[in-house]
Amino acid sequence: MSSIAPNREVIEVDNLVQTIGGQEILRGFSLKVYAGETLVLLGRSGGGKSVFLRHLIGLMQPVSGTVCVEGNPISSLTERELAPVRRSVGMMFQNGALFDSMTVADNVAFPLRERGETDEEIISAKVAHALEMVDLHGQQTKMPVNLSGGMRKRVALARALINEPRYVLYDEPTAGLDPIVADSIDVLIRRLQRKLGVTSIVVTHDMKSAFSIADHVAFLHEGRCYFYGTPDQLRASTDPIIRDFVDGRSHEEP
Amino acid sequence: MALARYLGATVFSFARYLGDLSLLMKETVQGLMHGPLHWRLVVRQIYEIGFRSQLVILITGAFTGAVFATQTYFQFSRLQMDAAVGPVVSISMFRELGPVLCGLMVAGRVGASMSAELGTMKVTEQIDALRALGVHPVDYLVVPRFIAMLVSMPLLVAECIAIGIFAAYLLATQVLGISEAYYVYNMLHFTGGRDVAMGLIKGIVFGIVIVFVSCHQGLNAREGAVGVGRATTEAVVIGSLFILVMNFFLTMTLNIFFPAGK
Repeated sequence: MSSIAPNREVIEVDNLVQTIGGQEILRGFSLKVYAGETLVLLGRSGGGKSVFLRHLIGLMQPVSGTVCVEGNPISSLTERELAPVRRSVGMMFQNGALFDSMTVADNVAFPLRERGETDEEIISAKVAHALEMVDLHGQQTKMPVNLSGGMRKRVALARALINEPRYVLYDEPTAGLDPIVADSIDVLIRRLQRKLGVTSIVVTHDMKSAFSIADHVAFLHEGRCYFYGTPDQLRASTDPIIRDFVDGRSHEEP
Repeated sequence: MALARYLGATVFSFARYLGDLSLLMKETVQGLMHGPLHWRLVVRQIYEIGFRSQLVILITGAFTGAVFATQTYFQFSRLQMDAAVGPVVSISMFRELGPVLCGLMVAGRVGASMSAELGTMKVTEQIDALRALGVHPVDYLVVPRFIAMLVSMPLLVAECIAIGIFAAYLLATQVLGISEAYYVYNMLHFTGGRDVAMGLIKGIVFGIVIVFVSCHQGLNAREGAVGVGRATTEAVVIGSLFILVMNFFLTMTLNIFFPAGK
């Protein structure tokens, strides 16, 4: 767990409601994220964690409720007005969402070029540095289709981090990775927080990862924030729903 | 009652579809005016739309011109009007066949590929990744295709018409035995700038229709590979139907400004 103490609120979500295909996924979800902290969002599969994450950069518009980033209510902004907000946020998608018509280097360089960087020497140096951070040195010329799932995720992470965003949203960063690579991603998240003061929101099922990186943990259950606290409070919880999740118990007979 | 309800729902969903297309057009105009222009992507799209359609357009134009000349000759020769084959073929190629067939072929080849590419990007979250990186998908994906289509389509239509007329000329004069002098004289005499204008205007309108219909289908694709397949098929079918229906109204309207044979 990090030693940086949470202070001011930078992301505030209030009473978020979202419906998909007639089913209410979020039913009044509220949450606060503090500057420089790592918040881990836990919850069962299909519970709406990724849906929640998408609201934080306006990829989805809520049915009701508000999302404020640094005091700006982003849920009322248009696609064009959202662009500056999104540029301060890096998002790592669950399956990478790499541009499959581009090489690894072009994928990672994409945010730099879109922000007007034209000096190819600077771009290639930054790309090499970002790839080194995620342990993918020398993979610049590969196409995404030739990468394994884990490598795609790490390229996506390099792309999310190359512009040194103030916030990083991770959607299942360690799912499907071997334990060593998963740990290296956890180390990277902690390092970014310590060195650059990055605020991170991590959606995961991986309890080891959650306990290792979180300053705060939120547990999403039935569309609401069922638990919010520190990892130690989560560990000590006696609530049966929390315990089942933390201990991985399904109560089904073999 | 059920029929009325069905018709009402169909009209309503068509109106909504037209509304969606209009919004996409509005975003594209905003992107053209305010967004960054990605010239590299425009050039790549000109290559995709213009250069890679060459074979399809040349074959379509040449065989349409040739078969049209043959059929016209068979009918006109009975009336001793062989020399009218030239102007009939040329005016038909300029005013109707060139732009419509070129539009249908481009809707099939380019429209399908646009819709499939954007649809795949949609279902693999690549479009969300663009948005998350602060890049408007319309600026990055639709605007370059729109500009490239505006450049490529008039050229493709012109090429289709030219090769059609040339194939008809070769067939009529070398195989069917129509006098070269009469053929060319009559063709040039009856064909004018008004026919060229009509062909090119139609081509541009059809190009715009193809871009917006295909990009709309792609950007709204859902449900994985099945959704991409459906979006692609619908892009081609809707694009082709729009071309055929709009062609009728364009002919009626443009005929006021560019009347045939005057």
